[in-house]
Amino acid sequence: MRAVAPSAPVRPSTPAALSNPASLRPPALGQFARLLMNLGPTLRYSVLIGIGFLMLYPLLWMVAGALKPNHEIFSGIGLIPQAPTLEGFAKGWQTSTEYTFTTYFLNTFKIVLPKVVLTVISSVLVAFGFARFHLPGRRLWFGLLIATVLLPKSVLLIPQYLMFREFGWLDTFLPLYVPSAFATEGFFVFMIVQFMRSFPPEMEEAAVIDGCNSLQVLWHVVVPVIMPAVISVALFQFMWSMNDFLGPLLYLSSVGNYPISLALKMSIDVTEATAWNEVLAMSTLALLPSLLVFFFAQRYFIEGVTLGSVKG
Amino acid sequence: MYTNRAVGMAYVSPFLIGLALFLLFPFLASLGLSFTDYRLQDRWSEARFIGADNYTQMFADHTFRKSLWTTLIYVLITVPLKLVFALFIAFVLNFKLRGINFFRTAYYLPSILGGSVAIAVVWRYVYAGDGLINQALTLAGFGTVNWLGEPSTALVTIILLRTWQFGSAMVVFLAGLQGIPQDLYEAAKLDGAGPWRTFSRVTLPLLTPVVFFNFIMQSVQAFQEFNGPYVVTGGGPLKSTYLLPLMIYEEAFKYFDLGYASAISWFLFVLIGVITAIAFTSQRYWVFYAQDRERAP
Repeated sequence: MRAVAPSAPVRPSTPAALSNPASLRPPALGQFARLLMNLGPTLRYSVLIGIGFLMLYPLLWMVAGALKPNHEIFSGIGLIPQAPTLEGFAKGWQTSTEYTFTTYFLNTFKIVLPKVVLTVISSVLVAFGFARFHLPGRRLWFGLLIATVLLPKSVLLIPQYLMFREFGWLDTFLPLYVPSAFATEGFFVFMIVQFMRSFPPEMEEAAVIDGCNSLQVLWHVVVPVIMPAVISVALFQFMWSMNDFLGPLLYLSSVGNYPISLALKMSIDVTEATAWNEVLAMSTLALLPSLLVFFFAQRYFIEGVTLGSVKG
Repeated sequence: MYTNRAVGMAYVSPFLIGLALFLLFPFLASLGLSFTDYRLQDRWSEARFIGADNYTQMFADHTFRKSLWTTLIYVLITVPLKLVFALFIAFVLNFKLRGINFFRTAYYLPSILGGSVAIAVVWRYVYAGDGLINQALTLAGFGTVNWLGEPSTALVTIILLRTWQFGSAMVVFLAGLQGIPQDLYEAAKLDGAGPWRTFSRVTLPLLTPVVFFNFIMQSVQAFQEFNGPYVVTGGGPLKSTYLLPLMIYEEAFKYFDLGYASAISWFLFVLIGVITAIAFTSQRYWVFYAQDRERAP
């Protein structure tokens, strides 16, 4: 039903961009868009399922390959193993080194857990300072905090390495998590500040009148409210540190200190030509913690990503 | 809200210490190192000032020029490809479809896992001579491609690996799309705008802040790509995937030339800085913020 003729006066809420002559209309794209609209849900679902299937296929192929005997990986791209076996997992776990993946998993968690805890504590403290206090030079400090997000890490790498060498920290886990105690990842602080600012400080003021000091306010009033943001920070840091490769590559030299990321890289260099199923099995296990965390807590990831951007 | 400045400074002090110790000091130290001849095994005091020699050497270095060129090509293809994909899927997901959460999860998954070495390892197998892609090509009756062994295709595998991870940009786009007020679409419909016109004149302009954000984040990230070339291709063949971060790493920790590596890292920093600065200045010509709309007559 078209009650209003196309010549009806333009409504005042129309954005200025509607009359922007710069955006010309490529006819092919127009037809494509119309096609997409007209074919409706069927086409949209087909597009979504088709692309989604292609995208997830490498992951499914990895899991399937981990369950196949090695020769079967090369004899077909199907996902159902003809002769399913756990041999890849058993042999892969043993590795060709003197250590097993038990060591590599433990090492990974020895890095990741302190890193997550320290990041959360330092980010919350610093974010509270930025969001609720009038500080001298506040704009400058906060500006620098944002700038650290855009700063390429390679420009810091060499002096950081020399510094940690000076500290005698090479081949220990310290260089990998100690910087996190100092809120060095501006992105996380920024995320929490954004979240804190979306709440009016009235509750906190009431607590102050009741005689709470700022630390009590933070712990009893602020932290419960900003919990979703705190969880997002913890999850992102968990994921990113699980994935971290360059840090361990630089600082850890003995195989006994290797986390999973280095162990996997080592395993393809050693077993390249032969035991694909072992490597695929270990890759599957390496991704498992992240996968589980992601499936159980995906809304925090999605909130976290959008918190840092759209609301900012 | 609190007035006690000393307490406030105490809260932000971890950041201020970290900023000085782990960010500003290394940042300036690498600038200083870039003007010296300094080997990995040297003590601090053994750094020898050589002026701008590292920079002159850099611009004359064929490997550096090739690496810079490869990096630019990589970023110029990966970032737009990723953004277009992310926007397209977000746009399709934004129709009120059933099961949107399921699809959003499926598309987001690769970008959550994709940074890991496990994925890079799998990627190497996917594109290997007898890997998934070549088996599929054979099955479909095509010839096989030596993806990782040919200089012309090796970079493609890295580009595809990172484009595959368009999920986080997509989630941001989707949130942006859902934030566009419905009354604008109704207004456009009343004015007789077709789907393409609605997209190009309503959706896209209102989405420009999100496009801008995604562009900056993805570009900065793409310029720092290390894991992909290091694990999947090792920088080869014939340095065809030798991106600048990989070159910095190898100059420093394989050839032990920290002065030269620092010079390259500063070049990369300035390059990213210039591109970010251009993007920020260009904002007022193409990025459309909501407050502009409220101010418009």
